[in-house]
Amino acid sequence: MIQVKELLAILIASSLVSNVVLSQFLGLCPFLGVSKKIKTAAGMGGAVVFVITLSSAVAGCIYQYLLVPMNMEYMQTIVFILVIAALVQFVEMFLKKFVDSLYKALGVYLPLITTNCAVLGVALTNVQKEYGILAGTVNGFATALGFCIAIIILAGIREKTEYNDFPEAVKGMPMVLITAGLMAIAFCGFAVLN
Amino acid sequence: MSKSLERLYNGLVKENPTLVLMLGMCPTLAVTTSAYNGLGMGLTTTAVLAMSNMIISMLRKVIPDKIRIPSFIVIIATFVTLMQLLLQAYMPDLYKSLGIYIPLIVVNCIILGRAEAYAYKNPVIPSLFDGIGMGLGFTVSLTLIGIVREFIGGCSFFGNELGWFAPVGIFKMAPGAFFVLALLCAIQNKIKIEGAKKGKDVSKIQSGCNSDCANCAIDCEKRIDDIEITQEDIDSTAKINAAAIEKELAAKGGEK
Repeated sequence: MIQVKELLAILIASSLVSNVVLSQFLGLCPFLGVSKKIKTAAGMGGAVVFVITLSSAVAGCIYQYLLVPMNMEYMQTIVFILVIAALVQFVEMFLKKFVDSLYKALGVYLPLITTNCAVLGVALTNVQKEYGILAGTVNGFATALGFCIAIIILAGIREKTEYNDFPEAVKGMPMVLITAGLMAIAFCGFAVLN
Repeated sequence: MSKSLERLYNGLVKENPTLVLMLGMCPTLAVTTSAYNGLGMGLTTTAVLAMSNMIISMLRKVIPDKIRIPSFIVIIATFVTLMQLLLQAYMPDLYKSLGIYIPLIVVNCIILGRAEAYAYKNPVIPSLFDGIGMGLGFTVSLTLIGIVREFIGGCSFFGNELGWFAPVGIFKMAPGAFFVLALLCAIQNKIKIEGAKKGKDVSKIQSGCNSDCANCAIDCEKRIDDIEITQEDIDSTAKINAAAIEKELAAKGGEK
């Protein structure tokens, strides 16, 4: 029972309180790049949830059962990035062959997040915070969920403000960044939950 | 020698990775809470960039073209691990405040981008100086952003309390990073618009990654839009083709 409570705490902390994009600045490239329309943003979010949950489970297993027994913890960065890159490729091939509907929904986005810093960041955070495999996977899922929430909100705001009359120099990226900053202020409010 | 100097100038001013090309935004926003952190992150990245550029340039004839990206990543990750262990041993304070962003240098677009765009195609010495130049450009920008955020957010300069005004704490927190970057982007846009009015070549200045940056997803917006446009594209191309064929036929008919 205590463990369920702990997992719930991780879920809330990683998805809302220390949101992966808005307070840790990981995965900023897709956050700013693929947030023009809600539809594509949701697709990207789904792919990120899928990849991060899977990769944090696999990276956790490799760390627990391979690196720790061999006393090679210092190899974590190299091993994680190669495992994640290979895993995403493999998942893409698997989905293409066996789960066509899921591939059609997520396929375009998979190669784009192969070496996204959020994926590697979650794997490294799990090691740093000494999460076990289950807690690590939950943390991965929660982080990705946070990314999903943030990118969909941003896409919604961008759709609404696309034709607003901004000064010429602020159009485009600066306005997106200001929006993201205001969202970050709003997300600071979740710190109370801690 | 002049080529090396030209590389340094290129990295520092002409193609400054942060201020002109807008690459590697994750570490830029995350670690610039103070000038000292920005400087430390910049120098660490410079060391990794210079060494990985040098090694990749040495091995450029050995690495097969098809597996070059995984090879680059292994080389870069090796140097990042080296730097991480060095920092942990000799500068534990900096190591603690940079935290997870040190191993994440592996996925910094600037490093992989330079490996792909320059080191893989050029001799060792220019590649080394290209790495140093780009790294110093990154360092200078990070330090400048760090100084601004530390000054407004904490009213201090490199950790020395100045006490001139009540600090605006939000600039040290996450939202402040977005606002400072938004300001930088707006200034860049302004320069671009003014330059275009005067007819200068401003194509080098850009917001977001260009196509030679392999692991950054900003240009994927373009790619996803491309995919969505495809069907329309096909239709319009078909129309244009049909029109061209009709014209040709008409011309032939006229000749006859």
